[in-house]
Amino acid sequence: MTLDFARRVEVTLRLNARSRTTVVSPRTTLLDWLRDDIGLTGAKKGCNEGACGTCTVLVDGRRMNGCLTLVVQCEGRSVTTVEGLAGMKGAGEVGGELHPVQRAFADHDAFQCGYCTPGQLMSAVACIAEGHATDDASVREWMSGNICRCSAYPQITAAVLAAAREEAGR
Amino acid sequence: MRDFAYARAGTAEAAVGTLAAPRTAVIAGGTELLNWFRLGIAAADRVVDIGGLDELRGIARDGDELRIGALATLNEVGEHPLVTRLAGALASACLQAASAQVRNRATIGGNVLQRTRCPYFRAEEPLPWPCNKRDPGSGCASLAGRHERQAIFGWTQDCVAVQPSDPAVALAALDARADVLGPAGPRTIPMREFHLTQREAAAAGEPMRETRLGADELITGYRLPVSTAGQAYVKVRERASYEYAIVSAAADVRLAEGAGGPRAAGAKGQSAEGAGGPRAAGAGEQRIAAARVALGSVAQRPWRLTAAEAELPGTPLTREALLPVIERAMADAVPLPQNGFKVTMARNAAVRALLAAGGAA
Repeated sequence: MTLDFARRVEVTLRLNARSRTTVVSPRTTLLDWLRDDIGLTGAKKGCNEGACGTCTVLVDGRRMNGCLTLVVQCEGRSVTTVEGLAGMKGAGEVGGELHPVQRAFADHDAFQCGYCTPGQLMSAVACIAEGHATDDASVREWMSGNICRCSAYPQITAAVLAAAREEAGR
Repeated sequence: MRDFAYARAGTAEAAVGTLAAPRTAVIAGGTELLNWFRLGIAAADRVVDIGGLDELRGIARDGDELRIGALATLNEVGEHPLVTRLAGALASACLQAASAQVRNRATIGGNVLQRTRCPYFRAEEPLPWPCNKRDPGSGCASLAGRHERQAIFGWTQDCVAVQPSDPAVALAALDARADVLGPAGPRTIPMREFHLTQREAAAAGEPMRETRLGADELITGYRLPVSTAGQAYVKVRERASYEYAIVSAAADVRLAEGAGGPRAAGAKGQSAEGAGGPRAAGAGEQRIAAARVALGSVAQRPWRLTAAEAELPGTPLTREALLPVIERAMADAVPLPQNGFKVTMARNAAVRALLAAGGAA
């Protein structure tokens, strides 16, 4: 059995609810593709080794590090970035009403410089959907993959719990 | 990262068929491989993607065995009800590894093949210091430099690194077997023997070899005997979450039937230190009927304390009784000048894991 190895690969995926077909070099990470090819710079390139979490995006609803994911591994998958968050609830355009988690972060002052915030938001959305936003300790454990050098952790924890409560009450 | 050619495998056999050619790498989750490429730890001209192979997915009970597909992610393994119930130490080890988002990518098959976290090893090329793993024959900068996190068993002058995988420690403690596919067909490797210490590798004439897996072989899954004994995984680290272990311990404890009656200590969840099992009201001293215990991050392989396992039946489930048993089983530890504390820390972790597994922690 032989496989055909290719140096350029066509990939079709959904990005923020829109279908896209792209041709990439296999080494292209999802993070680099989003930032450099698509122009979505919400996901940040902090450490580029999976240690900081600021490149966190959702792939088929699960949070993952964009720097540890190749575009070729996303064939047929659905990718959501922070730019797609506001539009997620209402199927409206990007830039519509803020996602409840975004509103909770603003309400709780859950950032200072904001660099880690896109990753924190995406991780928080998943953390709540997974059912891990139950109390302080659980949020801290399940949000530990997102580093905040301003150390806004207490506010982030409070925002995640508030958004989770709001979600549960809806 | 240098570019490479890419193909998706349609079957495990097809993936294995590509591995005969040099500089061909397998990608599953990619959380290790991409960093290896970036640092120059590995280089490949061709990468074969096994991520789409449904045959390597899934977690199921098969009689007295638990079968876990190689592509199950650490989060899937850690949160699967069958694993939490029948292999609680493995579930706990998976969920104490890495971060939530890394665990959504990292697979249980790839996890045991991660390389050491030795900072001299994990540097970008060209390395400014010697490292026999990166440049055979160059020497070991850690032995002459910082080595407080390194091995206390099985190291050589050539390398003092430890294997950092958490799941590997639980897999070894629970007598899991890896199902492996190679060009000659399938075979199994007991996880107790999967990794090699530097001393074992040197004795086999391949000083830098780290596992018994062949370069042309693929892990397709694991099989574990199911256990209804209490289990725990204790991980000692410098921060409470998202950090590699300084030392760790996995344990599986069956208590003797006695004054308090048999007591199934439920598998511990996320925190091995949790609330502990229910105390048998008015019961006398609990004694161990059988136990398995393995240490992590003390050698380049999970370190089963077999001498302790032989001695533990009949031992009271108390810290005072367990300490000397574990101490005797670790008498052959050879710490480096900077890591003598790991002997004490590992001993204590083993005792805590046994107590937690028995429901007494």
